[in-house]
Amino acid sequence: MSVALDTSRTEETAVVRRWKNPIIYAVLAALSFFLIGLNAPDKTVVFRLSDGLKNFSIPDLSLNAGVYGWISVVAMVAIAAFAFITMNKGREIPRGLQGLFWFFFITGMLVWVIGAARSSELSLVTLLTGALTLSIPMIFGSFGGLLCERSGIVNIAIEAQLLLGAFTAALAASMTGSPWVGLLAAMIGGVLVSLILAVFAIKYLVDQTIVGVVVNVLVAGLTGFLYSRVLQADPAHLNSAPKLPTFEIPVLSQIPVIGPVLFNQSVLVYIMYITVALIWFALNKTRWGLRTRAVGEHPKAADTLGINVNRLRFTNVLLAGVVAGMGGAFFTLVSVSSFNANMTAGQGYIALAALIFGRWKPFGALFASLLFGFTLQLNFVLSLLGTSVPTELLAMLPYLVTIFAVAGLVGVSRGPAASGKPYIKG
Amino acid sequence: MKLELREVTKRFGDFTANDSIDLVVRPGTVHCLLGENGAGKSTLMNVIYGLYQPTEGQIFVDDQPVKFNGPSDAMAAGIGMVHQHFMLVPVFTVAENIALGSEKTSGGVLNLEETRVKIREISDRYGFHVDPDAVVEDLPVGVQQRVEIIKALVRDAEVLILDEPTAVLTPAETDQLLGIMDQLRKDGKSLLFISHKLREVRQISDDITVIRRGRVVGSADPSASTNELASLMVGKAVQLTVDKDEPRLNSNAFEVENLSLVASNGVHLLKNVSFTVNGGEILAVAGVQGNGQTELAESIIGLHPKATGSMRLNGEELLGRSTKQVLHSGVGFVPEDRSKDGLVGSFSIAENLILDLFDTKSFASGGSLKRAAISANADRAGSEFDIRMGSQEDAASTLSGGNQQKIVVARELSRDLKLFVASQPTRGVDVGSIEFIHKRIVAERDKGVPVLIVSTELDEIYALADRIAVFFHGELMGIASKDTPRSVLGQMMAGASYEEAVANQHEDPEVLLAKQDAAEGVVSEQHAQSIIESSSAQTATDQASTSYRGSVAAAQDLPWADNTDASKGEKA
Repeated sequence: MSVALDTSRTEETAVVRRWKNPIIYAVLAALSFFLIGLNAPDKTVVFRLSDGLKNFSIPDLSLNAGVYGWISVVAMVAIAAFAFITMNKGREIPRGLQGLFWFFFITGMLVWVIGAARSSELSLVTLLTGALTLSIPMIFGSFGGLLCERSGIVNIAIEAQLLLGAFTAALAASMTGSPWVGLLAAMIGGVLVSLILAVFAIKYLVDQTIVGVVVNVLVAGLTGFLYSRVLQADPAHLNSAPKLPTFEIPVLSQIPVIGPVLFNQSVLVYIMYITVALIWFALNKTRWGLRTRAVGEHPKAADTLGINVNRLRFTNVLLAGVVAGMGGAFFTLVSVSSFNANMTAGQGYIALAALIFGRWKPFGALFASLLFGFTLQLNFVLSLLGTSVPTELLAMLPYLVTIFAVAGLVGVSRGPAASGKPYIKG
Repeated sequence: MKLELREVTKRFGDFTANDSIDLVVRPGTVHCLLGENGAGKSTLMNVIYGLYQPTEGQIFVDDQPVKFNGPSDAMAAGIGMVHQHFMLVPVFTVAENIALGSEKTSGGVLNLEETRVKIREISDRYGFHVDPDAVVEDLPVGVQQRVEIIKALVRDAEVLILDEPTAVLTPAETDQLLGIMDQLRKDGKSLLFISHKLREVRQISDDITVIRRGRVVGSADPSASTNELASLMVGKAVQLTVDKDEPRLNSNAFEVENLSLVASNGVHLLKNVSFTVNGGEILAVAGVQGNGQTELAESIIGLHPKATGSMRLNGEELLGRSTKQVLHSGVGFVPEDRSKDGLVGSFSIAENLILDLFDTKSFASGGSLKRAAISANADRAGSEFDIRMGSQEDAASTLSGGNQQKIVVARELSRDLKLFVASQPTRGVDVGSIEFIHKRIVAERDKGVPVLIVSTELDEIYALADRIAVFFHGELMGIASKDTPRSVLGQMMAGASYEEAVANQHEDPEVLLAKQDAAEGVVSEQHAQSIIESSSAQTATDQASTSYRGSVAAAQDLPWADNTDASKGEKA
């Protein structure tokens, strides 16, 4: 008989040592040693925790920059050394320890820069609230990207969706006096961009990256033109949008620190919570989600089961326009109340980076966007505090973080297999 | 259910892929559609499955005319298809893959429970041992194929189209599949089996229809000899075996010692591989795709700088050299994927013929190419290797697979070689070209060059080999003589050493299937154990099971015996 035991998967593997992480830790620990250890300012850094609380207050968090600096350095050096030892045995260091390393690195650096600034007192609530607020366009943008990419379309045009969304929101809200009409217009703006992307990428099979880039340039030019020729002609009526309301959720907003940060926000933030939850749920638990993922991974398999691949992709790209368009509304209905040429300043691209850094997963993209938002906010806060670090360098911070995040830390991450590949029947 | 095609024609522009095809698949039978690569088999299948619409003609299901606007129409009519390249989403679970397209929801939430139940039901009924919650990419190819079959059965398919289902299977898995097909036939399903592998076709089919260049050229009886079927398929008398004398060995040698290669995830792609190919002999490397053969060939040519060990050609170390240095030291290399690694499709035929020689004195001087020399070279290679081309300036991608492969072989053999390495030298090549390429490979061996052939087709291995090396999971399971039976090689390809394979020949297939699934984690140990225990008692009474056994046994009588018979006949 020729039927035999075949392809049993119980094979031993060789020890593979990847020195990338231990080396990164060692370099960062050494850097920390010189900066936040040896060069620690002898000052006490005060984090105010009770902002936004009405009925009670909690004490401030005071840290001596020197002491906390050395604690961080010792912890980082220990973890880096441990990383070398375990890797030498062929094992990865536990994820918890990796998280701990980054915690000490980020907080240590934070304490150090604030300690080095002229004023060493800051409100943690303000810092985090700002970080969340600044992440909004990136969160919406990366979710717009997610909807496209998971169904197999590369969305470089997030930037254009944000920008046109911001423009239409400002125009519509100014003309009608209603921010809600503005929000609706933002969605329509995003969908218009999506429509161009979808028609060219899906129907005419033009390279998706090229369409995306061209659309970005087109929308930047178009909104710039309309801004200077139309909006500027009558800014009082065409470019002074009412803001979306901000409201506080009772009880929840009184949780120390996170309450005021999460639950005393613009209505757009609450819409964002709902959008994130909804997309996560729909993608993982519904028929639409299963089909979307199938179409993004193996469109032909989906086609042979009677799923209309290109129609589903088309729908998803349009949906992505709705979501990313809402992100655009942030700029003109939440942040400031008027449109300005190129006011999105490349945040659509950062949103794309957040999507990749988040490994094409809803919560991954959410946290990556929050991280980028945090670095943006840090930049603002530090310049307010009067830090000795040059502001130009600080302005680079979000982008440096982006590059390292996407290139160095993700490692080999696997996107949807069919992303960027047009589906041609047959 | 009866499936009938009447004068089905499919044209793409001027090109007629199917020319008024008539075909009847009777209920409870296996109907084989036999034809070479490019004969139009896959197009016809896609027409039946609704992926293409026929230009003319009609499809009848149970004598009722039907029109399919898409696969869902075909599925609704009871037609299921097992595609050659599995239509499975690798990152999905079995249940998700099977539910896709006809998902049940409860309150908007996906509900896979019903699908899981159905999978278990079918899996138990046919002995598939498929876990609904396993992720497809983690499953062995043979199990993935069973998932494809379940996918069709869950959709109540009565007609099952199997498009070259054995192309990716080990001989053992092939026999399992043929057993499954037999069971399905017994259950009254109609099977349309597409293949160009004559051995399997003869073994399982009730009816055989042969197509060539898009036309039905005749039907044959399963009892027809392989040579008859092959002649019908190709349209002329063909010789399936290669005439070759006993090897005349010389002192040239290619010695590989402890060659190892580790992937970035720690998996051994090659593990301490050692062998010697002598001048004047062909060492054929057998194994299921993905067991290290590709990496072996690529390591020789210098594409894996991380490989360790030693490879000496006539005493000269090749490991650690760049690909260019390896080529210059006299190694000819035919890569397994000609369109990806062997040719530049948009370059002309003449340019492709000098891809690795463009900077030699013969074809370049100063910084410019010698167009006249290149053209003369193309003329010479074209006539010597019988490359059928319009003009040598045509893009290589415009040629048929066979002619493209001849370009690669011609280019590699146009130098004086000290070692010739060819991976899948005749994959996707028509029978006529196979014969030609095989002759050239044997001619190179007779010149005294050590030749290393990597092939997943056992027929090709038997046709060319002087000795056979079998790979499994990156390890060399042993080197067998060229007259080792198929069943022994099959077991070696599945991880047995030569000695084990010979000793193992009489084990019960069901027991082994269960053991194998348990090892793969497809079913629990206990489940496998219960199958093993109940197997002997059950099979005595179980009609399906005994006939499955019978068909596997029948498979054993046929194997490569065909080849030897034919060659004996020729010698006589």
